Amino acid sequence: MKFGIVVNEGPYTHQASDSALQFARAALAKGHEIVRVFFYNDGVNNGTRLTVPPQDDRNLQKSWSELAAKHGLDLVVCIAAAQRRGVLDAGEAKRHGKDADNIAPGFRISGLGQLVEAAILADRMVTFGD
Amino acid sequence: MSTLHTVNKSPFERAALISALGHVRPGDALLMIEDAVVGARKRTAFAAVVEAAAKICALFVLAPDLAARGMAEKDLIEGIKTVDYGGFVDLAAKHRRVQSWL
Amino acid sequence: MAEVEAPKLPSGVRKKLMFVNRKAPHGTIYALEALEVVLISAAFEQEVCLAFLDDGVFQLVKGQNTQAIGTKNFAPTYRALGDYEITRLYVERESLAERGLATADLMPIVHEDPDDADEEKPSIQVVGRAEMATLMAEQDVLLSF
Repeated sequence: MKFGIVVNEGPYTHQASDSALQFARAALAKGHEIVRVFFYNDGVNNGTRLTVPPQDDRNLQKSWSELAAKHGLDLVVCIAAAQRRGVLDAGEAKRHGKDADNIAPGFRISGLGQLVEAAILADRMVTFGD
Repeated sequence: MSTLHTVNKSPFERAALISALGHVRPGDALLMIEDAVVGARKRTAFAAVVEAAAKICALFVLAPDLAARGMAEKDLIEGIKTVDYGGFVDLAAKHRRVQSWL
Repeated sequence: MAEVEAPKLPSGVRKKLMFVNRKAPHGTIYALEALEVVLISAAFEQEVCLAFLDDGVFQLVKGQNTQAIGTKNFAPTYRALGDYEITRLYVERESLAERGLATADLMPIVHEDPDDADEEKPSIQVVGRAEMATLMAEQDVLLSF
């Protein structure tokens, strides 16, 4: 079965990203396909590579990046939500005259249409948020 | 054509659980995750509403979230079943759609 | 508003999409960012509708003025939904009543009558809780923020 996952909150403050990650791992373990993980609202903050959580805590960004590399997941960060919150790739940083980018490996920035498209392509959409 | 409803907030903090229970239909399932596991406890101020809903649809609670909050199956309202993340995936696949009560 | 990339979908796929709004506007960004997805969804030629229940009904209250709190007032955007061919806004009657609201407290939101371009039809339909549950159970996808 094809799953689409939406993550509406950033890492650490809310459990949403942890829950979504556990759900994604379990779905993949059962042989399901994940058509896309879409990060929206504060969820875009999962996609910055500049987080430095304490050694004894989990690293959510790294976990997502590794899961994406292992399973070829499409991790999409909403461009409009990301621009509001300062999550940029090299192209966006240049376009807006910013001196740095911070997008994490395995994540890509794209439009909200990617969320609607995932909702159309997936058999089930599961949303994690506040 | 049934629905899996998910709720992630305690009924003491948000209206989501009570609202979701007001919209469930026969054949649906409702899964309490994260802080919503509080709503599955026996003898809470909301227990009567949850018990009444259990007669309409199947109620589940995510076991890892229950354990994280120091609760176990013995604390749950009778009839509420526990699932792990794999069981969550199975419920999502079994029902026609998933409605997240954010 | 974000740009719309061309939908890359198998032709003829038409799903029933419902955006579920349960949160009050302005205190958090959820109502605004939900509305942004709704507008984008119009480009995909799906069967889109919106549900307003619980505190979500406050999103449609008329006379919203955010000037003194310094945030963007996106309330007028709901009135433009008809131009995007989004013509079904279901509002839950019990949610209104529980909050001391009546239909008259909501913004007038209309769309062009497909049978008569000179006529306008109301987009808001106030429905009871049981009917709202039935409408939700008819959808292919429910999105909440």
